[in-house]
Amino acid sequence: MRKASADARPGRAQLAIWHIVILGIVFAIWYGITTPGLVSETYANKIAFFFGRPLQVVKVVIDWFTSGKIYPHLAITLWETLLAFAIGSLLGLAVGLWLALTPTASAIAEPYITAMNAMPRVILAPIFAVWFGLGVLSKVALGVTLVFFIVFFNVYQGVKEVSPVVLANARMLGASRRQLLRSIYLPSATSWVFSSLHTSVGMAFVGAVVGEYLGSAKGVGYLILQAEGVFDINTVIAGIVVLTIFALILDFIVTKIEGRLLVWRPRAAETEAL
Amino acid sequence: MAFAPAFSSASAGAAALALERVTCAFAGKATGERYTAVSDASIVVQPGEFVSVVGPTGCGKSTLLNVAAGLLAPSSGRTLVSGAPLAGINARAGYMFQSDALMPWRNALDNVVAGLEFRGVARAQAVDRAREWLVRVGLAGFEDRYPHQLSGGMRKRVALAQMLILDPEILLMDEPFSALDIQTRQLMENELLDLWAANRKSVLFITHDLEEAIALSDRVVVLSAGPATHPIGEFPIDLPRPRDVAEIRLSPRFVELHEAIWHVLKSEVLKGYAQGKR
Repeated sequence: MRKASADARPGRAQLAIWHIVILGIVFAIWYGITTPGLVSETYANKIAFFFGRPLQVVKVVIDWFTSGKIYPHLAITLWETLLAFAIGSLLGLAVGLWLALTPTASAIAEPYITAMNAMPRVILAPIFAVWFGLGVLSKVALGVTLVFFIVFFNVYQGVKEVSPVVLANARMLGASRRQLLRSIYLPSATSWVFSSLHTSVGMAFVGAVVGEYLGSAKGVGYLILQAEGVFDINTVIAGIVVLTIFALILDFIVTKIEGRLLVWRPRAAETEAL
Repeated sequence: MAFAPAFSSASAGAAALALERVTCAFAGKATGERYTAVSDASIVVQPGEFVSVVGPTGCGKSTLLNVAAGLLAPSSGRTLVSGAPLAGINARAGYMFQSDALMPWRNALDNVVAGLEFRGVARAQAVDRAREWLVRVGLAGFEDRYPHQLSGGMRKRVALAQMLILDPEILLMDEPFSALDIQTRQLMENELLDLWAANRKSVLFITHDLEEAIALSDRVVVLSAGPATHPIGEFPIDLPRPRDVAEIRLSPRFVELHEAIWHVLKSEVLKGYAQGKR
């Protein structure tokens, strides 16, 4: 497969240079206003109190990884993310399929679903802390409530938008109700789930970190909470940097998986190399 | 010029497929008004016979076919399959749809396998037969392509193989080639005739293209303009077989038949057009 080269856009190398330059400028400004010299020492210290110092932040990050102090926390956060994503997706898929295929049940459930979706669910975190304690479970529960609705709505939509012709064709080919579910509804619904994978993985991550931040004994969110307690802004920002990097890595993995699973989806301007 | 009366009511029990006085009324969603798409329509297809149904666009041709397939229950009237009243899906029929009906998430091979899979045929055996059918419709080497990677004509071939692998006694075809360009279309029509000649099925073929209907069929049924569509004419096509759809159009008998049928169809097309404009 080969994509038509988009000549209108700047080349890969050129783009990378731009990305690095912009990042460099941001760091330079940050460094400039928090270091005595360009601004007076009092001001530099005041600004550094709120924004931290870039070199200190980098030092904290490097220290975390070289001393290995971060690994157990990171492992916990990623584990919570994974669990929240898996459980939320499975629940969303099951409930979405069920409600989409039973009009009566969906009519009854509709106002509740709307209400629960409209509710700012992060606020459930304290309740979950009471129910499930300060360990992994309460974070997973929060993540599940966030992931569930994204997956649920996508599955519901996916089932509703199954082409009636494809459906009629499968029935003419002799598919039973159960076979229709397996061969038509499920693939159609999962394709919608995959297309919302980026959002749902991101939400699972949010659930884990916010849960940790609101009360925990482990995890990157906990590190940030501890540092904030002693006004150690450098460590707070280091935590944010680590979280951002891992969010990007998760996103990259999702993109790869998506490409694998959705080969049957047409992509724009795809031509065959001869 | 053979002009038979609207219908020769169900001849004996031997017909492969018989629609008997079928009426389909739909409740209008917004107004609550009833819309009668098909009214008192009877069509008979004898075993091994190729029957085409022509009519103006939007006259309810597909509705008739859906009734024959068992996808739609008529408001009144009934469908007989080899003399037995039809209830539920018509298991003896294969249906080829006007628009793409392939499962986009399955490649060509798995789409053709589908019907056998639903019937619980062992995977290995089903795959072997599907490969054979893909060869027969000229798609060897395209087994692992997904529908979006195939051209319109290729998708129709896959759909044809998907239907024929189940060896249905009756083929229901709803303008299957209408989306194809004229060259591909004639190729597909010839291929359909070859496949049909090899193993004579009863065919009910819906089209709005009169030339296609005459070139393919043993008999052409003309429908009136909607609403309340019903057959208004029946013409046996006595052209010799085997036929080449491109060449037969030039024969004098073809032109004669075309003229005769068009004479009946024309006023209905104009009626349909006038309704469309309103």
